[in-house]
Amino acid sequence: MNFKGRDVISIKDFSKEEILYILNVAEKMLPIAEGKEKSNLLNGYIMASLFFEPSTRTRLSFEAAMKRLGGSVIGFAQPGTTSLQKGETLADTIKTAESYCDVIVMRHPKEGSARLAAKFASVPIINGGDGAGHHPTQCLLDLFTIRKEKGQIEGNRVALLGDLKYGRTVHSLAYALALFKVDMVFISPPELQMPKEVIEECREMGANITIKNSLEGLDEIDVLYVTRIQKERFPDPEEYKKVAGSYRIDLKTLENVKEDMIIMHPLPRVDEISPEVDETKHAAYFRQTFNGVPVRMALLALVLGEVK
Amino acid sequence: MKELKVQPIKDGTVIDHIPPGNAFKVLKILGITESLPDSVISIAINVVGKRGKKDIVKIENRELKAEEVDKIALIAPNATINIIRNYEVVEKRRVEVPDEIVGIVKCPNPNCISNTREPIKTRFIVKSREPLKIKCYYCEREPEDISSLII
Repeated sequence: MNFKGRDVISIKDFSKEEILYILNVAEKMLPIAEGKEKSNLLNGYIMASLFFEPSTRTRLSFEAAMKRLGGSVIGFAQPGTTSLQKGETLADTIKTAESYCDVIVMRHPKEGSARLAAKFASVPIINGGDGAGHHPTQCLLDLFTIRKEKGQIEGNRVALLGDLKYGRTVHSLAYALALFKVDMVFISPPELQMPKEVIEECREMGANITIKNSLEGLDEIDVLYVTRIQKERFPDPEEYKKVAGSYRIDLKTLENVKEDMIIMHPLPRVDEISPEVDETKHAAYFRQTFNGVPVRMALLALVLGEVK
Repeated sequence: MKELKVQPIKDGTVIDHIPPGNAFKVLKILGITESLPDSVISIAINVVGKRGKKDIVKIENRELKAEEVDKIALIAPNATINIIRNYEVVEKRRVEVPDEIVGIVKCPNPNCISNTREPIKTRFIVKSREPLKIKCYYCEREPEDISSLII
């Protein structure tokens, strides 16, 4: 499989076989990501990290991934320090940045911005999130985490919990899990339900889907994927408190779950998972965060053509 | 004596069966007034035909190619293109919705990158022709009321 020069814009640009290939390369990167082995695989390469919007995990793990492989990083984390402030277009910023680097990682508040950047750049573009659009590297690291924690992706019953309406990252994850024909349970307040098109698409792909409004039945779940319910989705703050409270994961909600059930969360979290859960063996979210490093190492090495 | 409201042309293209009142939009989409500054273009609006009122556009001395005219399919899906040589219709065909619609429809998503001042034209992928479904190449939004989004 040859990924050299390829853009990573949406998970939908990749087949199931290509996704598994990326996860296998990420698996091999683990000792380097953990700092147990040293690597010079990307020595001499420069990654531009263009973050037009704040990010902790995506930016830091991309930079760590590049540096663990011996590469260098240039870029910015706040657009306030760049020519954008002077009204420069994204197209011009990209054309400038590409002349200084071999690969561009970007996050931008506008949907479709990564697709636009790919049109103007001759170096590969990796999308680190475009507004409410795609976040393919998050999706890949989620799949990597499920496979690492559970042995395989297929055969698990995965519950997606929280705001399933607006978060397109959960839409991409649902699509990716449907590629593996995983059984899924969508749990959300009625006003934040998974959009019909996503449900239909997953069903057409052969996934078994159940829709719920409450946390009942968690005892049948293998992977519980929690997302944040955002305050701004509710006009009434009291209503928000009530809804958010009824989907909160604490020790009591975990009383009857399977021994090896894992809880994932893309982070940052607010109140949706009680900190006491962190101490249980179910909590996989910090391991999930770490997994961003080997997955992003794999992508960088693949698109730069140093791993084939 | 029968008087013709719209005179026949000797050579060129006649776009017939445009929905009434849309002839100027058709010209705008085709960009013909800029690209053919020397062509004589006649427009007839609200012409009563067999199937009710319609607009007609006649462009002299220029045979429009299919891909040039198909762009108007969004606002004039039943339009016919007649190529005229020496007063005779030598070719007649219907417009067809192209695979991609570039620079004609505005994305309804205010947060789409195509609605900023980037140096790009809007671009939509045609997902289905009957019924017409299009998807923004950039943000992947699928607009419903397409005719209201024509630039």
